[in-house]
Amino acid sequence: MAKSIDVKDLDIYYGDFLAVQGVNVHIKARSVTAFIGPSGCGKSTVLRSLNRMHEVIPGARVEGKVVVDGQSLYGAGVDPVAVRRQIGMVFQRPNPFPTMSIYENVLAGNRLNARKMKKSEADTIVEKSLRGANLWNEVKDRLSKPGMGLSGGQQQRLCIARAIAVEPEVLLMDEPCSALDPISTSAVEDLIHELKSDYTIVIVTHNMQQAARVSDDTGFFNLKAVGEPGHLVEFNPTTKVFSNPEEPATEAYISGRFG
Amino acid sequence: MTRNTGAPEAPDSTDAAYTELPMPDTLSIHSGQLPRQATLMTVVFAAAIGAVGGLILGAGPTVIVLLAWAIFLVALTTWSTIVEGRRKGTDRLVNAMVWSTFVIAMLPLLSLLWTVITKGGPVLTPDFLSRDMTGFAALGQGGGIYHAIMGTIMVTGIAAIIAIPVGVFTAIYLVEYGAASRLAKMITFLVDVMTGIPSIVSGLFAISLFIVITGDPLPRLGIGGGVALALLMIPTVVRSVEEMLKLVPDDLREASYALGVPKWRTIVKVVLPTAVAGIVTGITLAIARVAGETAPLLLIVGTFPSANWNPFDGAVQTLPVYIYTSLNGTTDPKYGDIWTDRVWGAALVLIIIVMALNLIARIIGNIFAPKTGR
Repeated sequence: MAKSIDVKDLDIYYGDFLAVQGVNVHIKARSVTAFIGPSGCGKSTVLRSLNRMHEVIPGARVEGKVVVDGQSLYGAGVDPVAVRRQIGMVFQRPNPFPTMSIYENVLAGNRLNARKMKKSEADTIVEKSLRGANLWNEVKDRLSKPGMGLSGGQQQRLCIARAIAVEPEVLLMDEPCSALDPISTSAVEDLIHELKSDYTIVIVTHNMQQAARVSDDTGFFNLKAVGEPGHLVEFNPTTKVFSNPEEPATEAYISGRFG
Repeated sequence: MTRNTGAPEAPDSTDAAYTELPMPDTLSIHSGQLPRQATLMTVVFAAAIGAVGGLILGAGPTVIVLLAWAIFLVALTTWSTIVEGRRKGTDRLVNAMVWSTFVIAMLPLLSLLWTVITKGGPVLTPDFLSRDMTGFAALGQGGGIYHAIMGTIMVTGIAAIIAIPVGVFTAIYLVEYGAASRLAKMITFLVDVMTGIPSIVSGLFAISLFIVITGDPLPRLGIGGGVALALLMIPTVVRSVEEMLKLVPDDLREASYALGVPKWRTIVKVVLPTAVAGIVTGITLAIARVAGETAPLLLIVGTFPSANWNPFDGAVQTLPVYIYTSLNGTTDPKYGDIWTDRVWGAALVLIIIVMALNLIARIIGNIFAPKTGR
């Protein structure tokens, strides 16, 4: 079910402000692609444009093409809601729904879309998703407790379980570990490794070690200059980016000699 | 390429930087302190001086209280400044001022409650609550406010039925759809203007509206009162619901969108449930606020001695209007006392209704509040 994504000449605007310019990327199916770069260079913006979450912000728009499995996401007559059902997203801060229990949080994608299902079917989805998110053993005895009562790392894995419960083609992760401790981070990274066999994963991270650990391909974003739009500096297999980068700017950034 | 593994570098050994700094000998962390009962002692002292001074001057109780209060402020501040230092002295002064204003704010409220309860309490008999005024208006005994209670509930209920949907949907538009659009800004401005409409004007609006609709030169209708009160309620409801919806974090909306949930379902299933406690509280407080309105009801609903359940035909008695009209009876040389009792009794019932609404709002707020427990 995993699909590949082709991004062609993507320009992203907030109102009149050009935030990211000229991004060209081919994201392979069933692989992990990491976006790294300094704050404010547009990594998250590009990520959000991959499932049309970008346009949730008033005034935000996109020029260029994002093609998933031959279909243009920004073509005429494309329903952003349908796009988001195929391309799930995990956010920087864990955001379980505060009114729902753990069980209901996992089922949120199905329940909120009013999909009718039997109790047994729902139980199966919940268990499968929680197991997929490495959370089942920790919460199986308190599924009816509020999702907000979990620890930060557990909440984040709950959000991942919620995202994979709707069985998307692609999973986008916007700095999923930046609010987590090393143990939880390691749990989420293990999870990314497992999910790779079923999903196409795109992850934005500030942690270069993390990008090196989990990803197959890495894209380095940077600002052209202060006040200029962000752009994609280099996109290559992770081993190449971290051992023998093509661009001097990439090397400067990952070796800590930035600027 | 200098670093390409995930191994973190060992931190420099900087333990030496954290060795204790030598303490200067002059550093003093002790200062004088007033006894624990200092405030109480000063109050007694100030009261005594104030009373003696007031009696010598032959002043009344108001002057004595003011005098004692001024002496208390000066004495406590001076004493504390001398013993404890300037900062503590200022702290005590400001503290005393804050408490004084708190007491000033509470006094009228407590006095009002006390008066209404002591005067209205004995009037509240089952008879008083279950009878109306049919045939009793001119008599020196009997009668009740059943019809007025029912009227108030009916008219306020109609107002709520009109105002809650309008207010809630307006707020949803403002927060979820309007964002910073010009229409939304205009609506916000108009809602602010509406907040300031004098209640008598909303009564005039209702009466003109129903003159046009019914053709009657002076319509008396329960529904008219509902319209007038709804007009007063809508801005409050819009404002409070808007604030509550704004408190719902965008993270939750995005989480829902990212699951492929359409916007309207996100609002219905995620945003509203998350904010429901505050919304219900705000709405209930808005209802409580208009339940005691008199002026517009006087104009459009009028007064009637018995229960009228039909809001589309004829006058309806309501508690505030009942209180207002009964006040005319208190000057009656023969039956003044019974009318006074009726006024206090009705006032107490009105307060109880409003307080009950406030309590219900709190309880509902607690029930619906998102649970974060472990």
